[in-house]
Amino acid sequence: MRDYEEYFRNNRLPHIWCPGCGNGIVMKALAKAIAKLDLDQDKTVIVSGIGCSSRASGYMDFDTLHTAHGRAIPFATGVKLANPELNVIVITGDGDCTAIGGNHFIHGARRNVDLTVILFNNNIYGMTGGQASPLTPVDKKATTAPFGTVDRPFDPCELAKAAGATYIARGTAFHANPLVDLMVKGIQNKGFSLVEAITQCPIAYGRKNKLGDAPNMLKLMGENGVAIDAYNKLTDEQRGEKFPIGVLYQKEAPEYTAQYAKVIERAGGTRK
Amino acid sequence: MKEARLMQGNEACTEGAIAAGVRFFGGYPITPSTEVAEIMAETLPKLGGTFIQMEDEIAGMAVVIGASLAGKKALTATSGPGFSLKQELIGYACIAEIPVVIVNVQRVGPATGQPTSPSQGDVMQARWGTHGDHPMIALSPWTVRESFDIGVMAVNYAERFRTPVIILLDEVVGHMRERVVLPEDEDIEIYPRRAPASTIAEGYKPYTPMADLVPNVADFGTGNRIHVTGLVHDETGFPTGSAQVTEDTIKRLHEKITRVQDEITHYDEFFMEDAELVVFAYGGTARTAYVGVEQARKKGIKVGMIRMMTIWPFADKVVEAVAKKVKAILVPEMNYGQLVLEVERASHGLTKVVSLPKYNTMIFTPNEICSAIENLAVEVAK
Repeated sequence: MRDYEEYFRNNRLPHIWCPGCGNGIVMKALAKAIAKLDLDQDKTVIVSGIGCSSRASGYMDFDTLHTAHGRAIPFATGVKLANPELNVIVITGDGDCTAIGGNHFIHGARRNVDLTVILFNNNIYGMTGGQASPLTPVDKKATTAPFGTVDRPFDPCELAKAAGATYIARGTAFHANPLVDLMVKGIQNKGFSLVEAITQCPIAYGRKNKLGDAPNMLKLMGENGVAIDAYNKLTDEQRGEKFPIGVLYQKEAPEYTAQYAKVIERAGGTRK
Repeated sequence: MKEARLMQGNEACTEGAIAAGVRFFGGYPITPSTEVAEIMAETLPKLGGTFIQMEDEIAGMAVVIGASLAGKKALTATSGPGFSLKQELIGYACIAEIPVVIVNVQRVGPATGQPTSPSQGDVMQARWGTHGDHPMIALSPWTVRESFDIGVMAVNYAERFRTPVIILLDEVVGHMRERVVLPEDEDIEIYPRRAPASTIAEGYKPYTPMADLVPNVADFGTGNRIHVTGLVHDETGFPTGSAQVTEDTIKRLHEKITRVQDEITHYDEFFMEDAELVVFAYGGTARTAYVGVEQARKKGIKVGMIRMMTIWPFADKVVEAVAKKVKAILVPEMNYGQLVLEVERASHGLTKVVSLPKYNTMIFTPNEICSAIENLAVEVAK
């Protein structure tokens, strides 16, 4: 197995993320997952949107595409459909994926295109300085919710499941090694995979909500992230702020590019 | 010679694009452009290409940019409301220098407007719809046969200059059927996808401009491991905050088009030898304008006509030369008066420029054009 560090563009580092940010942990997990799978570096494309996490594409040594806000999934769909032999991985954030990109997210899942979406969820718009996102929990504070949010958040995993995704997992920056395996399985799944990676933003989110520094936020993730089987046995009262982690859902379904290859065949064409 | 066919403008445009090598279409249904999507859905898989109907207009633009980067010649089609939605990503394709073609079959706006009556109301949006400074190539056909030629040309220009190219069809030409004889396949010139001339080991940088100021950005999956971004970037493709690089990049994006402006300015001249008045028209409007000019000629008025195929970049030199010779230029358009502003600018006050706008869903009749010419003839004689 190659060292995961070989998958970084060292001349593009250090990264722009704030001290204590969890994005580096998630990006490292992705590099490790790619190393474990020994993906062909020249046949792997990383597509990202706009926001803190989406800057990760620039640090990773593949063909990389830093798109527009919310649009990573349809750009990635174009890449994958135009050349199905490429492994296509999407890096996105909670605002990018579930607000401005929400429609693309559910339709990507519906089509079951072979994309692996790594959703860096830090519960906040970090790059613009801490505005509430669709994944900010109720009552949490943000610069645009100074008295606490009243908007109810999405559960992106449930959303993806309802929309038709065929592999759904949640991990955290605290559970960094299990996160690698969740990503490995996601990339292996022939279809639309979502790996929600909970990550900490101590500067724009933690500070405002008195969650302490980065180690403390990681500790909270460690306490609240409960393996899915154990989580299922908890009562509602016991669940409180806890959330399930691990592989949440998996289902076999026809993959889009494979189905379209049949369309070409039916039409009498030959894929070029 | 190919057999004559009865074809629609949208159909001819689509076939032209396919003849030029388009093998990927992504888009969203919208009248009066939907035939483009429907023909692509039917034809592309037969040729081993790919059609996808996306969830919205923005995704339709995003998916063709992605496909283009992965090596396919790609096209999307839309009309006014969808064209508005695509604008951000048209700018993305400008700065990231990704070849794509956008067919906009114009209809009456703003907003849902008068669906789906003819209009030429998106002329300025085609030029300035996306934010920031950027060049633009937009071509507008006036016949079904020319819709085919422009389909070919738009794809070739997109590939050659690595920039988005807009086909400004209007509902008149897009939905009209005419008898056409298409060119022989071997007579169609096709500009191939540009490829790097060197390897990474030899110091290849994806955004180094070649002699024509256009970079040879490698397709994804070819072992070059490039980075593509909508941020201002240097020759490596990676973002930079440099004021100098920003200035140089914006300048080069413009100059790669302006340096070939004469070559890509296509237009027709009619009855110009002795013309004292000129009708300046484009697209569907030029069809009735031509008949109106013929009528006025029969009445003894020395009127000529300029019919523009290239809308953007604007044909400054052509207009200036005409402005030096004639007493007035009449600009009929199916809008409130858009391209007339450019005619005025390029005329430098050398002649009288008169707008003849029409924005009530109805196309111009030859009589309307002829009367406007007659009135103008009286006016300039005063």
